[in-house]
Amino acid sequence: MDINDLRSMTTVFGLLCFLGIVGWAYAKGSKKGFDEAANLPFAEEDDEGVTSRTSHPR
Amino acid sequence: MSGTKTTYNDKVVRQFAVMTVIWGIVGMLVGVIIAAQLVWPELNIGWLHFGRLRPLHTNAVIFAFGGCALFATSYWCVQRTCSARLWGGPLVPFTFWGWQIVILLAAVSLPLGITTGKEYAELEWPIDILITLVWVSYAVVFFGTIAVRKVSHIYVANWFFGSMIIAVALLHLVNSCEIPVGFLRSYSCYAGVQDAMIQWWYGHNAVGFFLTAGFLGMMYYFVPKQAGRPVYSYRLSVVHFWALIFTYMWAGPHHLHYTALPDWTQSVGMVFSLILLAPSWGGMINGIMTLSGAWHKLRDDPILKFLITSLSFYGMSTFEGPMMSIKTVNALSHYTDWTVGHVHSGALGWVAMVSIGSMYYLLPRVFGKSEMFSVKLMTVHFWVATIGTVLYIASTWISGVMQGLMWRAINSDGTLAYSFVESVKGSYPFWAIRWLGGVLFLAGMLIMAYNMFKTMAGGNTKDATIVVPVAHHA
Repeated sequence: MDINDLRSMTTVFGLLCFLGIVGWAYAKGSKKGFDEAANLPFAEEDDEGVTSRTSHPR
Repeated sequence: MSGTKTTYNDKVVRQFAVMTVIWGIVGMLVGVIIAAQLVWPELNIGWLHFGRLRPLHTNAVIFAFGGCALFATSYWCVQRTCSARLWGGPLVPFTFWGWQIVILLAAVSLPLGITTGKEYAELEWPIDILITLVWVSYAVVFFGTIAVRKVSHIYVANWFFGSMIIAVALLHLVNSCEIPVGFLRSYSCYAGVQDAMIQWWYGHNAVGFFLTAGFLGMMYYFVPKQAGRPVYSYRLSVVHFWALIFTYMWAGPHHLHYTALPDWTQSVGMVFSLILLAPSWGGMINGIMTLSGAWHKLRDDPILKFLITSLSFYGMSTFEGPMMSIKTVNALSHYTDWTVGHVHSGALGWVAMVSIGSMYYLLPRVFGKSEMFSVKLMTVHFWVATIGTVLYIASTWISGVMQGLMWRAINSDGTLAYSFVESVKGSYPFWAIRWLGGVLFLAGMLIMAYNMFKTMAGGNTKDATIVVPVAHHA
């Protein structure tokens, strides 16, 4: 095994990591936390203009 | 009020926001001067010739204007979305004053010809050390604030700002590795093609992280804020973030097509540049669609006009960039004005417009006002800036393609059809239009400065009280 095998493995590992992240982002269980996070900018009271604080349905 | 744990640190945001406008004017003025020097060469006087002023222009608009905008918006956003005051005590004002000293040193040293000769990393080693100190302090303040946050989540904009801080630290340290041979002179640690590759790994990721990830952080905070609704898809923003992180670092070689860089490296750079189209457009769509159901707000809200137009230019330049990275296209576009047009489509259309929109949001708030002195002048600024940008990029596209075609044209006997100076002559009218576009954009910034000083007059500079959302206690 030479250094290039390690480099190839790193590339494949990177891709798998990324696919894992995509899977996690679109998993059902992540929805609630994401909704909470998406509303963080609206924690302040000075937002008279806020029309909808619910997440878009996706 | 300052120093207490119950208020935000708005002072540093105010300082950086005001300096964003000031440095924007300075940097763009230098840009207008060098554009004029191309049209009227007799304007190249003494030290203030094109070769010395051009790096001053790029450093001023990227690091002074863009840098101050990033500091202001990231400090505002991280405090508001973490419900915490900036952490780090004296390090906070140090980041402001340190950064201003870096800018002043650049403004003095570059016209004097003190330069490392590395594009976008021209500043000599003593200034590089000061940049490192300021940037590490910035990282300590930013991540320290995230560490003491009162909410459980880290908002996506902070991920973008944070990645920008880490990536720029890495880029700066690696590319600025140099051996001093005196107080104002140094040589790069690297040689030959490795030096070129590291330089453009730096250069491209300065675009990718400083000028993209950081400003996307702005987009993910200020677009939802101004539209009054959460980002279109938080899931997409997470994928957008990680896709950029995984791909941007590998796109640098497209700056070195058809050079001594190995062919396979050029191809890798091209392929990763093409892949980048997907996350870039995902992010653009995510930002623009945040307005879905509230499109009417675009009609009379100049802040949203700036923000949404900036996203359109982001989409345009991130389509153009991958296209130009294709080797056969690059054979035509490289070294021509097309590259300059592409850069300014991103710099004026995307980076400057999203910053201006964000500053128009921030300025009244940090001076205790509900809105800018004149909303009408903001709209005027928007149209002047948009027309200026379009004139600039359209003229440089035309002159760029013309230059590329003239340089490659050959006669039937294989000799070049045109001498270089003929392409210069042909570019002349387009350089005049480009200069006019720059003048318009600068005029917009002057309108902004007037509006800003009017907004500042009689302003209230009390720090705002920290609000902790009930549902989000950690």
